[in-house]
Amino acid sequence: MHGTRILDEADRLMTVCNSCRYCEGLCAVFPAMEMRRAFSDGDLNYLANLCHSCGACYVDCQFSPPHEFNVNLPKTLAVARAESYAAYAWPQVLSGAFARNGLVISIVAALSMAAFILGFAALSDRGVLFGVHTGPGAFYKLMPHQAMAALFSAAFLYAILALIMSVRAFWRDIGTPIGGRADGVSIFQAIRDAGELRYLHGGGVGCYDEDDKPTDRRKLFHHLTFYGFLLCFAATSVATLYHYLLGREAPYPWWDLPVVLGTLGGIGLIVGPIGLFLAKMRRDPALLDESSYGMDVGFIAMLLLTGLTGMLLLILRETAAMGPLLALHLGAVFALFITMPYGKFVHGIYRFAALVRYAQERRTAA
Amino acid sequence: MGSKYDVLVIGGGNAALCAAISARRGGASVLVLEGAPKFYRGGNTRHTRNMRCAHDAATEILTGPYTEDEFWEDLLRVTSGQTDEVLARHMIRESKDILNWIVEQGVRWQPSLGGTLSLGRTNSFFLGGGRAMLNALYLTAERLGVDVVYDAEVTDLVIEDGMFLAARLKRPINGETEIRATSLVAAAGGFEANIEWLKQYWGEAADNFLIRGTPYNRGSILKMLLDKGVQEVGDPTQCHAVAIDARAPKFDGGIITRHDSVVFGIVVNKHAQRFYDEGEDIWPKRYAIWGRLVAAQPDQIAYIIFDSTVVNSFMPTLFPPIAGQTIAELAGKLALDPAALEKTITEFNAAVRPGTFDHTILDDCVTEGITPPKTHWARKIETPPYLAYPVRPGITFTYLGTRVTKEARMLMADGKPSANMFAAGEIMAGNVLGKGYAAGMGMTIGSVFGRIAGREAAKHARN
Ligand SMILES: Cc1cc2nc3c(=O)[nH]c(=O)nc-3n(C[C@H](O)[C@H](O)[C@H](O)COP(=O)(O)OP(=O)(O)OC[C@H]3O[C@@H](n4cnc5c(N)ncnc54)[C@H](O)[C@@H]3O)c2cc1C
Ligand code: SF4
Ligand code: SF4
Repeated sequence: MHGTRILDEADRLMTVCNSCRYCEGLCAVFPAMEMRRAFSDGDLNYLANLCHSCGACYVDCQFSPPHEFNVNLPKTLAVARAESYAAYAWPQVLSGAFARNGLVISIVAALSMAAFILGFAALSDRGVLFGVHTGPGAFYKLMPHQAMAALFSAAFLYAILALIMSVRAFWRDIGTPIGGRADGVSIFQAIRDAGELRYLHGGGVGCYDEDDKPTDRRKLFHHLTFYGFLLCFAATSVATLYHYLLGREAPYPWWDLPVVLGTLGGIGLIVGPIGLFLAKMRRDPALLDESSYGMDVGFIAMLLLTGLTGMLLLILRETAAMGPLLALHLGAVFALFITMPYGKFVHGIYRFAALVRYAQERRTAA
Repeated sequence: MGSKYDVLVIGGGNAALCAAISARRGGASVLVLEGAPKFYRGGNTRHTRNMRCAHDAATEILTGPYTEDEFWEDLLRVTSGQTDEVLARHMIRESKDILNWIVEQGVRWQPSLGGTLSLGRTNSFFLGGGRAMLNALYLTAERLGVDVVYDAEVTDLVIEDGMFLAARLKRPINGETEIRATSLVAAAGGFEANIEWLKQYWGEAADNFLIRGTPYNRGSILKMLLDKGVQEVGDPTQCHAVAIDARAPKFDGGIITRHDSVVFGIVVNKHAQRFYDEGEDIWPKRYAIWGRLVAAQPDQIAYIIFDSTVVNSFMPTLFPPIAGQTIAELAGKLALDPAALEKTITEFNAAVRPGTFDHTILDDCVTEGITPPKTHWARKIETPPYLAYPVRPGITFTYLGTRVTKEARMLMADGKPSANMFAAGEIMAGNVLGKGYAAGMGMTIGSVFGRIAGREAAKHARN
């Protein structure tokens, strides 16, 4: 007996799969499963987070429903995965946020954006908010750089802290009985596996979305989203360096590195989330975990909002719309940061930790 | 639909799809009639995992080589010579090219993981298993323009003078209850799911058989063909049967109900008596004999009994072992006579001679002074909890079939080849497999003869 009903079901399926093993070439879940005969809650959460939901083991399984063995691994692991996020959340009092994530995200986002608009207006007169500002330092007419940096560092650091604490709990739980700290080689392997989404490929043919015809669509849009996000992050980091090391103030001309990175990233953050959303809409309901629909869509929406407001800001930054757009953009980013540890964002972190553990296990077993 | 097809394929498994693809590539219009609903398409092929092919050198997926001669010798050994040498050698030769052909049809092989089974040299494993393999074949067939209809059971064949004219359907398809075609490929599997038919040879015992694969292989097409003058091949009592968990479903339990723990313990019948040397041979032979052995026991039930020291020595099982802290407690749970089981185990333990246990070879752990002896891997059963799996005969597939030529053309009872009827797969496996079985041959027979049947059927249709 496990902590939850879904873990009981995951355990039942692992018993079926472990006596079958036909899927062992499809992804990392099966070889990891084969290293065990009995499954603790931690083991099941580990396996759930190793699964990329490519759907292959459902389409390929001779026991998927309507067969009486009723094997639906992608869905079971998706539900278990979603529940594992709440189980390891830090601080635990906020774990409930996962359950109502869609709602929480929209409220936080709305409040943050409103706060920025009101804040801008309150800090100065209305003319500033709707005024036209150009040249270096234009953004800081609305909010002093110091204030902006302090606010965002605080949000960012909180998110990092909460994520570290959560993933630490996860790591401990999945570590037994192998245990041990992550080593460099395994981390490097996991970076490669995560970077290329190695296991979102149905064993090589692609992902099973709406039917039994595999495609690479979901992988493509995931890449656009993920690398879009990283590029935006890089843009911000470069801009920070510009500011402190070179004393150059934003906004920068369109050909300058932060803007180029931000533009490419922004495109990724617009196209990627839309593609992922459409893929989700079209996906075979048998494979979907409807209970985390709100969380998934909420996260996709936040990324899209961040990308969209950022791009609009770039295009309209020399018009009177700059003020409101900057407020919206900063509000979106702020909301994204503080909701990160309590939403779909964590899937990347947990999956990465699981991949590190998997690389480690493979090395130990070899 | 409604118009006449060049080639009609009956069945929906590996043999049928290989035939359909090959006929379509040969330029024919092709219709596949699968009796099962879409989810259950592909009969027993859904449950398969690997295929045995000859090859001259190691590849990414196979350690090798596995020469034609070696394959032939393996076949000779398992069948004790009951095989059609010309056909068998032809199949083995063709199997070499099938390794590549099947990949061209979209099927993917799994890189050898050195995992569960010691077949990495002789057998190639489908990535994702048999259903993945089938999915790939169906995608390719549909892409090529093969028409496939599910829930399309054929209930009668119109055959005149060894010439196929039409097939009749259980339910009309697009208003038609009869489908005409220039050539026929019969690839509808064996009759293992037809308990009544099995009873003709096995008697009431067949009621206690479990069918490992599809409930749709009722042998109806085979029966029609034999009734309409096609020559029969093979011994109807010969089939591939293994001992599977007695708690398995009646049909379609697939691969996961098997047990391979026999070597680690003893096997007793419902009177708590041992009845065969559990240490006779190594995998896979020992795997294939226990179905028949259990079928010959009263009520077709037996129990593999072992102790807690060996639980992790074999593949994890779907159903947990039944456990007891004492032999008597275990016997109670199995509804065996406790005194009888205690006596059997005490006598067995007393007969065990010391040796060095190694289940990968025929080791020197033997019993002395009991019948039947355990000639290898004999170790005392003495560490509680005591554990048991109940087992019954699990029928994999049957060997009675239609006789064919090297061109997969059916031979009529008078010895003449049929003008336009071809057969592939389990429905003609008996040509090659008179008895016995070597892992992966079911798929070889289906792919090789399916490909040939499709090609020949298309050739006939276009002439
Ligand atoms: C659990 C299990 C594991 C196995 N593992 C392996 C393995 O690893 N390797 C291997 O080589 N072999 C294996 N086999 C054997 C293998 O499954 C068979 O040899 C093979 O599937 C035969 O292929 P086929 O195409 O002739 O028949 P099938 O795949 O059984 O297809 C027969 C088809 O005919 C259809 N049909 C039947 N009657 C009618 C009708 N009247 N009208 C229309 N359609 C009809 C059925 O629905 C079915 O689709 C295994 C079998 C089982 C049960
Ligand atoms: S998903 Fe199905 S086919 Fe794959 S290992 Fe599990 S039981 Fe076997
Ligand atoms: S990654 Fe794909 S194949 Fe692996 S468990 Fe998840 S859905 Fe199944």
